[in-house]
Amino acid sequence: MAYLDKPTDAERRQWMDVLARAPEDALMALWDKVQLRPTFEWLRAPEIGGVMVRARTGSTGAPFNLGEMTVTRCSLVLQGGAVGHGYVQGRSKPKAEVAALVDALMQTTAADAIRAEIISPLSRQMQDARTKRAAKAAATKVEFFTLVRGED
Amino acid sequence: MYVAVKGGEKAIDNAHSWLAEERRGSTDIVELSIAQIREQLSLAVNRVMAEGSLFDPDLAALAIKQARGDLIEAIFLIRAYRTTLPRFGYSIPVQTGDMACDRRISATFKDAPGGQVLGPTFDYTHRLLDFKLAADGNDTVAPMAGPRTEPTPHIAEFLKGEDIIQDEPTSDDLPGDLTREPMEFPSTRPLRLQSLTRGDEGFVLGMAYSTQRGYARNHAFVGELRIGKVAVEMDIPELGFAIEIGEVELTECETVNQFKGSKTEPPQFTRGYGLVFGQSERKSIAMALVDRALRWKELGEDNLGAPAQDEEFVLSHADNIQATGFLEHIKLPHYVDFQSELELVRKLRREAEERITPKEAAE
Repeated sequence: MAYLDKPTDAERRQWMDVLARAPEDALMALWDKVQLRPTFEWLRAPEIGGVMVRARTGSTGAPFNLGEMTVTRCSLVLQGGAVGHGYVQGRSKPKAEVAALVDALMQTTAADAIRAEIISPLSRQMQDARTKRAAKAAATKVEFFTLVRGED
Repeated sequence: MYVAVKGGEKAIDNAHSWLAEERRGSTDIVELSIAQIREQLSLAVNRVMAEGSLFDPDLAALAIKQARGDLIEAIFLIRAYRTTLPRFGYSIPVQTGDMACDRRISATFKDAPGGQVLGPTFDYTHRLLDFKLAADGNDTVAPMAGPRTEPTPHIAEFLKGEDIIQDEPTSDDLPGDLTREPMEFPSTRPLRLQSLTRGDEGFVLGMAYSTQRGYARNHAFVGELRIGKVAVEMDIPELGFAIEIGEVELTECETVNQFKGSKTEPPQFTRGYGLVFGQSERKSIAMALVDRALRWKELGEDNLGAPAQDEEFVLSHADNIQATGFLEHIKLPHYVDFQSELELVRKLRREAEERITPKEAAE
């Protein structure tokens, strides 16, 4: 598959964010529908590890270590030379592999198709879930009203 | 004489088989799935993630199942697992100001921008057992309203302009990491917060309660409590830029405390901070109170000798895995230790009797 112009960091970051957070079954279902199965070689086979999550004292102060989260990562190279990295939350090696393949394909002429069939629908699904939670939260917002005072 | 003894393998194997059978319970009842625990016992899952210090709901649910619901045993399993994971790196500090809030309340500012959002809370329930749950389960659907799309600002931000609340100046100092180096005293605030956030909920609650009852009294209000998801970003060396590697649910509590001023600080409000994995409201409020009590030295307050002001006491006893390990090891075979103690006590008694007997004979 032919190379495209190198994507900007911001573009690549955007799709990698989506792939990292996507629910595994949603990503796998969309990947199954795409008929692309490019041949590739591992640069780094999938491995499960931990990332120490940091926060800040009083939310804005000095950093501190909050606790770890599980992450699975891998790197691969397509026959055409495009290198894909998968960094996904959780412990799924198949999900990391698909994320790396998608990352690599997004740098080839398949990018438009992959965007339309995987990245955009995933992004939409995740946004819908987020909006739904925000809507439930909004329904629990307290509406204060002032009682009529006796002396008036 | 030291005699090494060996034995019990058969008994141990059989005990573990029986444990597995008891864990399953009656086979007339459907077996619990990991997904059921994750979805329906989510606050237990949250506690195991917070004190296990590893955010992974499926693993925490598995640990709860394996531990037969003993949460400290489950936390132990998670801690043991996390030591086997290679550390890929440290995240960029999460931005809790960008949290997608399920809940956000303030006990101090009624009209805070963003409002008082109750979220899925136990507050204002009557704490009466709901027998409907026993009979026919529950499929209530939550009502919805127009969603808020912009981030909800922190309440402390509004007081900052007045200089009436103590500031939390941003720094990029590298914090110590107690999973890498053992805690030393005196400690630092970042290390105290790391220790408290993974500390035992009951212990931290008890210490916090002691400050409310008058031991190192610091009169806290909950300035803000928020629960929701935040994105976690990390720099990826092979990319040369940071990406989101996932998101975690957090509970954040910021207290506002009365402060008359001290030799070094003007009269102003001071703050305590609690931040915990998952929906862990009690723990995060307790953490904020204990954090505030432990800040006495930095704020130039008096040491009243209260337990909650003693960081060595608090931090050395907050970890329930260390505590349970040391506590429970005394039930394991100590035959040789005990044999020598037995010999010693017998000898002391013999000597005491010999001292008394000749005296009596002489009289």
